[in-house]
Amino acid sequence: MTRRASILGGAAAIATTFVVFVIPFIFIVLMAFKDRQQSALRDFSWPTGFHLWENVAEVVKTRNWMMITAFINSTIITVVSVTLLVIFAAMVGYVLARRKTRWNGLIEFLILAGLMVPPAVVPTIWLLQGLKLFGTLHGMILIEVAYNLPFSIILYRAFVATIPRDLDEAAIIDGARPLDVFFRIVLPLLWPVTVTNIVVQSVGIFNDFTNPLYYLPGNANATVQLTLYNFQSQFSTAYNLLFTNILLITIPPLLVFLFFNRQIVAGMTAGAVKG
Amino acid sequence: MMKTKTLALLGASTLGMLMTASAVQAQQSGYLTILVDNGPQSIATMEAWADAYTAENPDVTIDIEVRPGGGEGDNIVKTRLATGAMADVFSYNSGSLFQAINPTQNLMPLTDEPFQDSVQDSFKSVVSADGEVYGAPFAPAMGGGILYNIPIYEELGLEVPKTWDEFMANNEAIKQAGKVPVIQTYADTWTSQLFVLSDFFNVLAEEPDFAEKFTANEAKFATTPAALRGFEKLEEVAEADYFNADFGAASYADGVRMVATGEGAHYPMLTFAIGAIAETTPDHLDHVGFFAQPGDSAESNGLTTWMPDSLYVPKNAASPELAKDFVAFVASPEGCAVRNEAVGATGPYMVAGCELPDDVPPAVSDMMPYFQEGGQNAPALEFLSPVKGPALEQILVEVGTGSRSAEDAAALYDEDVRKQAQQLGLEGW
Amino acid sequence: MSVSVSAAPAVSPAPPAPRLTRRSPYPGWFFTPAAIVYSVLFLAPTFASLYFSLTRWTLFDSEFIGFENFAQFFREPFLIKGLINTVIYAVVTSGLKVVLGLLLAVMLTSQIVARGYLRSVVFFPVLVSTVGVGITFTVLMHPTQGMINETLAMFGIAGPGWLTDPNLALYSVALVDVWKGVGLATVIYIAGLVVIPRDYYEAARIDGATPWQNFWYVTLPLCRPATSTVITLSFIGGLRTFDLIWAMTKGGPGFASDTIASVIYKQYQAGFYGLSTAGNVVLFILIALLVVPLTMILNRKQGHE
Repeated sequence: MTRRASILGGAAAIATTFVVFVIPFIFIVLMAFKDRQQSALRDFSWPTGFHLWENVAEVVKTRNWMMITAFINSTIITVVSVTLLVIFAAMVGYVLARRKTRWNGLIEFLILAGLMVPPAVVPTIWLLQGLKLFGTLHGMILIEVAYNLPFSIILYRAFVATIPRDLDEAAIIDGARPLDVFFRIVLPLLWPVTVTNIVVQSVGIFNDFTNPLYYLPGNANATVQLTLYNFQSQFSTAYNLLFTNILLITIPPLLVFLFFNRQIVAGMTAGAVKG
Repeated sequence: MMKTKTLALLGASTLGMLMTASAVQAQQSGYLTILVDNGPQSIATMEAWADAYTAENPDVTIDIEVRPGGGEGDNIVKTRLATGAMADVFSYNSGSLFQAINPTQNLMPLTDEPFQDSVQDSFKSVVSADGEVYGAPFAPAMGGGILYNIPIYEELGLEVPKTWDEFMANNEAIKQAGKVPVIQTYADTWTSQLFVLSDFFNVLAEEPDFAEKFTANEAKFATTPAALRGFEKLEEVAEADYFNADFGAASYADGVRMVATGEGAHYPMLTFAIGAIAETTPDHLDHVGFFAQPGDSAESNGLTTWMPDSLYVPKNAASPELAKDFVAFVASPEGCAVRNEAVGATGPYMVAGCELPDDVPPAVSDMMPYFQEGGQNAPALEFLSPVKGPALEQILVEVGTGSRSAEDAAALYDEDVRKQAQQLGLEGW
Repeated sequence: MSVSVSAAPAVSPAPPAPRLTRRSPYPGWFFTPAAIVYSVLFLAPTFASLYFSLTRWTLFDSEFIGFENFAQFFREPFLIKGLINTVIYAVVTSGLKVVLGLLLAVMLTSQIVARGYLRSVVFFPVLVSTVGVGITFTVLMHPTQGMINETLAMFGIAGPGWLTDPNLALYSVALVDVWKGVGLATVIYIAGLVVIPRDYYEAARIDGATPWQNFWYVTLPLCRPATSTVITLSFIGGLRTFDLIWAMTKGGPGFASDTIASVIYKQYQAGFYGLSTAGNVVLFILIALLVVPLTMILNRKQGHE
């Protein structure tokens, strides 16, 4: 491609993506800066005054500082369940890719089923009740782990296949125990796909709405998406507050993304090679 | 149904009532959880009651939890009852939806509570199952009909219509004047049902036993001309192109604003919307009037009425005594006064001794005659029959958008109710 | 329920490996933590739901009615429309994600200017929650006050009712779905493209291939694994789709944008728990019927490479 074409193509790409992807985001930000009257117009205009802090303060204070509770809960759920997901899925992916047994077919079927079968909500609630986990953060964390395991395992299994077997076998011959091999040698090698897992799963779990709605009732258990959902009708005529809320809860995923931005593709690389 | 009250309490100030009441009641202590739907008024009134109650009982802590309304709310209420995770007090519909939460198994009977003595029997009947009363009213009774913008009526010299033809003539005049005759708000699909549900007084006027026959699978909407009229009325208004331009995307909140500010002339709605007007556009509260949905004859002009939602206490409440005491507080004249203070008056209360303030908004005073001597009213179908199909609102959106005819829609709805009747295990389905 | 054994086989001791005298270096118990969580919280309730799909269930008690729910579910007047919508939605979203994702990925791996900006921007919508996206686009797509139609009006075009026109609503939601999901597809494609050895392009260049031939004969076949991943994930996602549709149209106007998942959810809302559970089973069977052959086709073609 010539330099000229590249610049032209680049300009066209920038212009198109700007309109399609950036303008909706700017719209959210502008709305969050407006006061109630101006935001009611729902147009793409410059805020007449700077009202962001008032809006943030009002959103955060609504319903007894529910937003703060929600941020704490969502953070705990996301961090713990992603950690468990990474470890559990890497262990499964590692052994699944390395050892061929007659069970592999069944296990792979169950993994695929996990992607396909819509969860059965009410039986799950009964079960959580029986385990005394209903309406607790622990229960919510385990649910997120269970529902997201298949995708993580698929990513890991594909990536493990690209790591030369010699590496872990050498360590085994040196007398290392399986657990040591896994945590000291394999897991570090899996870092690129772990990053992908962290980004995709933490964003998904942080943004999960349906599951907390069912499995985590109660004000003390609010998560950030539920605050948005609750505020949606309460703020039905206050678009500035609604969009301030959207803006606030988009910040944590954005931070995760900025932090890992450069490394996301690397993890997908091998994941996609094997499909 | 509701007598005009001339009790001495009328003059008593809120403060006075608070003092008398607290002198009588024993102080309560403990922790109480309340689950309420997320309508702005529900939250505002519940917070007002909680504040008033904790002012009297400083040792009580109240935590108000909010759930979505509509079908999603039904779901959460049912799931939490089934799993024993319900709050100590919760608000929910009376009538057919109340029957669907299996009250005898899940709720604590409140039949013998002293406060029930002053609750009207007509209300008790819609929160009762197997001879026990389970609920307490926490809002006034409502009417379903048409909110209208008074300035538009005055400007165009229109009269409140007594028949459907007069109503359509008014609409035509309003349209000729370049204004929006009828507001529809299909972003909140439930609002599409009003033309059909509010027509039920007119159905009963012609077919007094429709509800019983309907429950017994002997009468159908599609084959009962009087019942089909509600569907046809919506169709007529839609075909005449009387709706606001954005009716497909407008929300209930938009509709309330439009009828208050005169962006539209008529909004078919339940009278609880008066509270929403009072809250969001208080300056326009005096601009909104109300009339019952007209029938085909001026002689039988009456209002279809709704019982208010109710407060319930689940059987396994963590602090049942405190819960009952709070419910008693809400269903007392004192509770009504707190509500009047918080969101204003929206209709006649179901509790003896509860008073409306002297200066009620015009929409409320327009409604009161239907409830008083000489006025005519009839309960909505959902209080006479447990059978209500879940898809009515979507079917009516289709009628309103012109993608389905009235006859077709009524026939489809008859199919839809079959599932509900079977789920309830009714005879004859 | 005691079905937790189904995923537990891995726990059984590894078959003795005659060549080696010690235990397998890849111990089966590595499956255990995942297997326990997955079996208890996902598989067991799923099997329980198979039973409840055969009952008339009020949550408080259930009455066994055989296959009546399935018969009723297929009698649902809107089910056929929902079925068609579901397939349309899945095909449109996964198709667009494949085409646009590949296009963006080719662009973003070329020597284009502002690559970093473009990559971030395309991935950004993935970060916003579905509820947030739904609210934002419902506002933007408002027929009279929405920014999209107001912009069109400036050019003298009367914009359609994106979400209020029954013929358009499903496609509007599908477009928003693509908007939200194309970033992930692009990343998968970028990953698939960067591993294609440069030699192939080098050889093609020596043979005098045009950029188009390059794309058609080198890039496209060699990134088939990525294509297969994108198709499988977005197709299953499209068939199961619920939250975006619910956040934007609730299946409306009327029943115009109902998918099976939203039909199921409405039965659930209405308290027809058995019926809704039966719908879940139907959805699962539909997904299996469409996805299993699709996966086989995608994998077989891969084998020919």
